[in-house]
Amino acid sequence: MTTYTDQGKNDTRSGFGAGLAELGRSNPNVVALCADLVGSLKMEKFIEENPERFFQIGIAEANMMGIAAGLTIGGKIPFTGTFANFSTGRVYDQIRQSIAYSDKNVKICASHAGLTLGEDGATHQILEDIGLMKMLPGMTVINPCDYNQTKAATIAIADHHGPVYLRFGRPKVANFTPAAQKFEIGKALILSEGSDVTILATGHLVWEALIAAENLEKQGISAEVINIHTIKPLDSEAVLKSVKKTGCVVTAEEHNYLGGLGESIAGLLALHHPTPQEFVATMDTFGESGTPEALMEKYKLNNKAIAEAVIRVLKRK
Amino acid sequence: MPKLEELQDLVVQVRRDILRMVHKVNSGHPGASLGCTEFFVALYNDVLELKPVFEMDGIGEDLFFLSNGHISPVFYSVLSRKGYFQVEELNTFRLINSRLQGHPTTHEGLPGVRVASGSLGQGMSVAIGAALAKKLNKDSHLVFSLHGDGELQEGQNWEAIMYAAGNKVDNLISTIDYNGQQIDGATKDVLPMGDLKLKFEAFGWDVVDVKEGNDLKAILEGLKEAKSRTGKGKPVCVLLHTIMGHGVDFMMHTHAWHGKAPSDEQLANALGQNPETLGDY
Repeated sequence: MTTYTDQGKNDTRSGFGAGLAELGRSNPNVVALCADLVGSLKMEKFIEENPERFFQIGIAEANMMGIAAGLTIGGKIPFTGTFANFSTGRVYDQIRQSIAYSDKNVKICASHAGLTLGEDGATHQILEDIGLMKMLPGMTVINPCDYNQTKAATIAIADHHGPVYLRFGRPKVANFTPAAQKFEIGKALILSEGSDVTILATGHLVWEALIAAENLEKQGISAEVINIHTIKPLDSEAVLKSVKKTGCVVTAEEHNYLGGLGESIAGLLALHHPTPQEFVATMDTFGESGTPEALMEKYKLNNKAIAEAVIRVLKRK
Repeated sequence: MPKLEELQDLVVQVRRDILRMVHKVNSGHPGASLGCTEFFVALYNDVLELKPVFEMDGIGEDLFFLSNGHISPVFYSVLSRKGYFQVEELNTFRLINSRLQGHPTTHEGLPGVRVASGSLGQGMSVAIGAALAKKLNKDSHLVFSLHGDGELQEGQNWEAIMYAAGNKVDNLISTIDYNGQQIDGATKDVLPMGDLKLKFEAFGWDVVDVKEGNDLKAILEGLKEAKSRTGKGKPVCVLLHTIMGHGVDFMMHTHAWHGKAPSDEQLANALGQNPETLGDY
């Protein structure tokens, strides 16, 4: 199998900050908004270099989404920044009416998604955001896996016309994708080829899937690992091609199994190629306080859980 | 500048359009549509500086956002009679496959509409965003918006009101349709909102009070005054005191016609009070 090297742990939110700063230099139409979380979203560089193109909204996320929608009308490309919880559930109707239904070119950039937000606990650990956003017609949903990919995705979405939900996180995680890799929306990346099982992972779980695949190989199991960084539109072709070859699938995500990547895959397979599937996801539960590692262990969202799911699904082939 | 008599003729014709649209599909919101007819006619025909062809980005022209989208009948009628689309299209209001949805939307590409509205409380934020874009684009044109008074019960408005003053969004004129009514009754009974003028002023807005919100001359003077106060560091609020159902005697001074269509007989009565001026669609 293909092996990957961690180039040094870094947080995906810093990838967003770096991408946004680069956009500030390359695209004069890009503007940024934040609801009192500039430091958490790593937006300082953009603000320092483009103070006139930054809008501090205060703790008023609903207003932020509306202002972002309005800015598009003058040809701007607004990037909103706050936590994933406050980027989605808190402002769902604002996004639905003023952005999605109105086809506004707003980039909703959401940090601290999922359990790995850690100690702040369940009030802030949204595990439902992918589902909320993918259900909106016309919304693109992206969940990159590491610093480099988040930076590339941030830059790529500026050139895509239409609303985008970009989901990333707080902790420092392995940075393993090539720095120069261009981000293609909706194009799944086959990270490692295999023949026994397909592992479809998104976000922080991609690195865990690679570790799981390495461990499985030692047991003689050949796993194909695919990075589904874009949950909507889903790369159906890549998924079906792989699953037809391996005959079973494990999906892995830091999200509720209801509404997440796994559900999208199950829907696709039910229509085109019914296949045994196991879900590595939270099981319709809220999170809790704890270190990211302890939480991912307790809620079975790590490489061990992925390997166990592979063993289970292989028995169902 | 059109003569006041011409505008008054348009007002009566728009009123007929509203009544006929709502009657045909037995649904829609005639009350506040009628109450805001003079405002829309004045705004679109003697206040807004508009380009001849609709473009979404609105660069180089004034913009208007309707936040209380349920009064779509008056919006559609005035847009069509301004030439944004054929008046015959008013026949399709609320019917399947129409661009004239129950609440306004950009989804079907109807010229004149720049954002969907209907779920209340969102329009002022959008108007602020558009106003900020105008400043970035060094476009000296203004942004106008309209909101129901009951709509101000939605909290997002107060986030927007705070933001606009705090950030000196002084190219924005937000008008409040101050009719004192909402679906369930008088606003003072449903949720008393206190003194709106004092509230806006306390938040840092400049307020123009238009006591006769169904009088074209008063509206034009009020909007002229509001325009003169832009560019001075404060957003401008126009408190437009209107009468819900204005122009149809049995619909006036009550919330009963907020979202109810007239019967055949009631329509005939209402149209009788507003004889055809420019021609029905």
